Order: sequence, then C-alpha cells, then structure tokens
Amino acid sequence: MIRLRGIIKIYRAGDVLVPALQGIDLDIERGEFLAIVGPSGSGKSTLMHILGCLDRPTRGTYELEGHDVHRMSDVQLARIRSRRIGFVFQSFNLLPRLSAIAQVELPLTYRGSRNRRALALRALAQVGVLDRARHRPTQMSGGQQQRVAIARALVTNPALILADEPTGALDTKSTADLMETFVLLNRERGMTIVLVTHEMEVAAYTRRVVQMRDGRIISDAPPERMSALTLVRSEHQEGASA
Amino acid sequence: MIAIDLIQTAFVALSTNKLRTGLTVLGIVIGVGAVIALMAAGQGAEQGVTKEVRGLGSNLLVIEPTQTEQGGGPIRMTASTLTSQDAAAIKDTESFPYVGGVVAQYSLDLETQLVGNGRNTTASALIATQPDFEYVRSYNVAVGRFFTDEDMSRKKTNVVLGAKVAEDLFDTPEDAVGKSVRLSFGPFSLSLTVIGVMEERGASGSGTDDTQIYSPLTTFLARVPFGRSATGASNVQEIIVKVTESSKLTQTQQDIEQLLYERHDSTEDFTVKTQSDLLSTANKVSRTMTILLGAIAGISLVVGGIGIMNIMLVSVTERTREIGIRKAVGASAGDILMQFIIEAIIVTLAGGVIGVIAGVAAARVANGQDFGTGSPVATVVTPVSIFAAFGVSVLIGLFFGIYPAFRASRLDPIEALRAE
Repeated sequence: MIRLRGIIKIYRAGDVLVPALQGIDLDIERGEFLAIVGPSGSGKSTLMHILGCLDRPTRGTYELEGHDVHRMSDVQLARIRSRRIGFVFQSFNLLPRLSAIAQVELPLTYRGSRNRRALALRALAQVGVLDRARHRPTQMSGGQQQRVAIARALVTNPALILADEPTGALDTKSTADLMETFVLLNRERGMTIVLVTHEMEVAAYTRRVVQMRDGRIISDAPPERMSALTLVRSEHQEGASA
Repeated sequence: MIAIDLIQTAFVALSTNKLRTGLTVLGIVIGVGAVIALMAAGQGAEQGVTKEVRGLGSNLLVIEPTQTEQGGGPIRMTASTLTSQDAAAIKDTESFPYVGGVVAQYSLDLETQLVGNGRNTTASALIATQPDFEYVRSYNVAVGRFFTDEDMSRKKTNVVLGAKVAEDLFDTPEDAVGKSVRLSFGPFSLSLTVIGVMEERGASGSGTDDTQIYSPLTTFLARVPFGRSATGASNVQEIIVKVTESSKLTQTQQDIEQLLYERHDSTEDFTVKTQSDLLSTANKVSRTMTILLGAIAGISLVVGGIGIMNIMLVSVTERTREIGIRKAVGASAGDILMQFIIEAIIVTLAGGVIGVIAGVAAARVANGQDFGTGSPVATVVTPVSIFAAFGVSVLIGLFFGIYPAFRASRLDPIEALRAE
C-alpha cells in the first residue's frame, strides 16, 4: 500500500543544507501496525511528514495506494490528506473553540461529506468518548482529548492513521488505555496505523518497529526481536539530547 | 467546504474576540454611515436647487448681466448694464411674438425685518419686480391685488406679502390687506402699505416664495440707495421672460440675445439662459459638492478597510496553529483562503448594514435643521446610495481581506503546526 524508495529530504537552514532523510526504502502493507522509533534528529518526524503528505521528498518516490505522491501539487496533497490520511498529534491539536463532535466533523466538512453528524458520533463511540460529544477540549482530560483526536483521524475512514508521539503528553494509565484503543482499531477494523514514538513500551504494542538514526533506517523487526542493546542505546541518546 | 460551514466557522472565529470584531465593524460603520449621510446632504442640495429652478415656473428665459474679467470667467454682478429699458424692449410684441410676459427685477437676498400689527417677523428676501410677475412666475395673489402699471409709474410704496409673512404678522391674509408695515434692513427703513397677499406655495414653489415680500421695481430703485448705478440708469439684477410656446424657447433665446447685443453696443455683457441651462449649471455645482463629500466620506471607509486588513493579519498570525490543524485534517489552501475572506466580508457586511442604518438615521435627524446658519439643510437618501454603500463595503472586505487570507492559505502546514 505504501512504497517509499530512495527518499531523501534536505532542509535549507539559512545557508546550511541539513540532510534529514538520507535514502529511505520502506514498504507498509494494508492492516499493518507499525512504530517508527529513534532519537531526536533521527529523521522520524520528517519521515512522518512525508508519509502524511504534509511535505514532499527532495528526491525519491512515494506511492500511496498506487498514487505517485512525490509528484503531486499542494492542492492534490491536500486532497490526499483529506481522503486517505488521519493525523494524531502529540499535543492533540484540537481547536479550542469547538465541541468534540464538531472537531470530529471537521475533516468531513472539508471533504463535503453527507451524514457528518452520524459518522462523527460513530467515530466518537469507537474510541469510547461518545459521552464527551458536547464537551470542549478544556473540559476533557488529556486521554479523552487524544481519543477525540483519534476519532477525528479515523472518521474519514482513511487508508492510513499517522500518530506523532500520541502518548507524549499522557500519563502511564492513559497511555495504556490509548494504546489498547489503537490495537483494537488495528485488529478489529483493520486500520493501517503508523506511530512515531521514542517510548519502547509504546512501540511494544505494535507488530513492527522501524528504528531510525541519522536519517536512515537501522533496523526493521517485530518488537520482540528488537535487541535490548539498540533499545538501551536509543533511549540513552534520547535522554542525552533532550 | 460548503457555504454554510464557512459562514458558521467565520462566526465562531469572530465571536472569539468580540471586542476586536466590534471595533473593526465600527470602523466600517463610521465609513459607510458617513458616505450615506454626506451623500444624502449632497443629494438634498441638488434636489433643492432643482426645485428652486422648477419653482420659477415654466418656459422661462432668465437674462443676467455678466462682466468678463481678463482671462477670467463670467462674474455675476449685482448691478451692471442690464436695465429695465432692456426689459421694455423685449416686451415689444411685434418683434417677439412668442414673449408672453417680461419682468425686470431686483432680488434683495437679505433678511429683512418687518414690523406691523405690533409684531415683527423676518422676510427672507425683498423682490422688487414688475406687474407681469404673477403671469411670468405662475404665482398669483390670493387676497387683495398685485401692483399695477400705475403703482409702478407713481412709485407707490406698496408691498405684497408672501403667505407666511402675512400669517406671522396678521394671522389671516384678509387682515393684512390695507395695513401698513415697516421694513428695515441695516440702517435703512421704509414704510409700506400691504395691497395683497400671495397664495400659499408651500413645498410646490421654489421653497422660499412664502417668506418673501414683493414691491414695485420703480419704488425700490427710487427709495433704496444702492438701486441706481452711477450712470443713473435703472439697473436690474435679472430679467425673466415667459415664452408662450416651449417649441419657440430656443428661437426666442437667440432673438433676445441678438437684440440685447445691439442695444449694448455690441458687447456681450449678459447671458440669456433657459431653465435647463440654469439647472445644468446649478446641478454641476451641487454634483461636484456631492462627489467631494462622498470622497471625503470614502476616505473614512478606506481607513475602516485598512483596519480590517490590520486585524485580519493579526488574526492570521494568532491562528497559525489552527490553520495548520485545518490543513492537516484536509483543508486545501482554497478552503483557508475562503474562510478568511468570508470572515472579512462578514465584518464589512455587518458594518455596512449598521452603517446604512446609522447614515439614514443621521440624514433624517439632520434634515430640516439649520445648524444655526439660517438655511435649513435638506437631505435625501436615495436607494442608489444605500446599494452603493452595501456593495462598496463588501468590496472593501474582499479587497482588504484577500491579502491576509492569501497569507493564511500559503502557510506551510508543518511550520504552522509547530507554532504556539
């Protein structure tokens, strides 16, 4: 479903060129549940932006369900985002003025869908916050807010849900609850989920872990096969750079 | 994204910062209100002038003296080369078969104090004229009589009062006839006998007919010190000619021009104008005034528009993150552009509606007030100016909203999501 070949991304910071991704090859099949891990600056966020069609690679090809995303214009990218991708962010990124139901309806609004209310209610029910439909973000806990954000991501029935550090702002209990929700969505509804995290406990919920460093993939394996050493080193570096 | 969602979104965004939205709307309210009110004043002046010219009567030619300065345009003189003898020459029916009546007259547009019956009042002008006045102006005496050729030749100190003047001094016109009034302007004063009262014109006349008084030209020229020129000729301010057939108006105009040219030793020190000439000249002036007033008010509308642009730019900066979120969940650049443009248009439209109401109200309040100047202001609000104000306010929203909206739509979603 997703096919990345030779993805290179170079940023320009003033006069300096910063290579963020230095040749990524990655295939993701439908129904996979995958974690991208790595220390800060390893390029995992950049990779996620490219996967999420928020950004284009400097070089390389990206196919999403047969579409050549790397060739698309801004308008086409916006359409792809609207139809095929759902985002979940670390900081929830809900709009402060809107009720949960309105947040979830938002992507449907931009798609011009009918039945928005019904679809949004169903999505809220799927992540277990139906009782919070009328609440604004400030009236909800972090866990609840993130569930609303997940409902917003899945309401359009996207091909791919991308979650960027979704548990980064949550406590242990909420993190576990949220990850169970992701597992359920993946197992029961067959949703393809890619999440970026630096917490190994979080990555452990997934079925495939892609480890990155310095803009390259250094390992790609199910979580139980990840070597303890890499994990320790990864976490150590994370601590040092933070 | 469909219109109703856009409008709903805009209302949510605008209600987030009510004070700011309110002040921005106020800027447009003031602009639109000023345009409506000042245009109404200009239109009122225009209609007033038109009414005044129409109120003179129909099929009239107006002859006025001019004197051309070197390199300058014609200047109206209060006393110049036009004489009552010129009027008499025009009245010669053999050479001018279509002339129905001629009056040479002197309008003393000064506030004149009148005392009579133990009361006093103010007449807006003293018209020193000739017996044909009633016929020429289609404006008749209601009670008593107008002055005759005999009054003229004997220079009788007679006066005919406008309806309002008579009412002020004597209650009823019948009471006024035969009474004596004392007239004064400045140090000059004169005792006159009321021989008649004009019919009431109200709004159908030139607007000031009812407050004027009328006396024989000869009496005026003999009694009023500045009525006579240095050469001793009885100069007049204007000669009004009534033409019996409107189809002969232009021909008669040319004939009179020719006659006066010869009489004035081949100098063209006069103008002969039809009412439409007078109207177009007067309207040119009042239209210029309307445009000038509108332009001044337009400036405040533009200032209001700049206020909108300012606030929209601040708003885009503040809402960078929101824009990022919207883009991430599928909003295209066009959706964001529309969202901000609609916000700007809602602000200007609200300002337009309130501004029109405020402007119309201001025009209503000002209508008929003289603001201490003695001449009441007339205001006329036309549907055109209302629609124009609406249209312009929407255009202003579009014009000043488009740049901030464009900036918003061009934001990079990744950058926008990082913003705090």
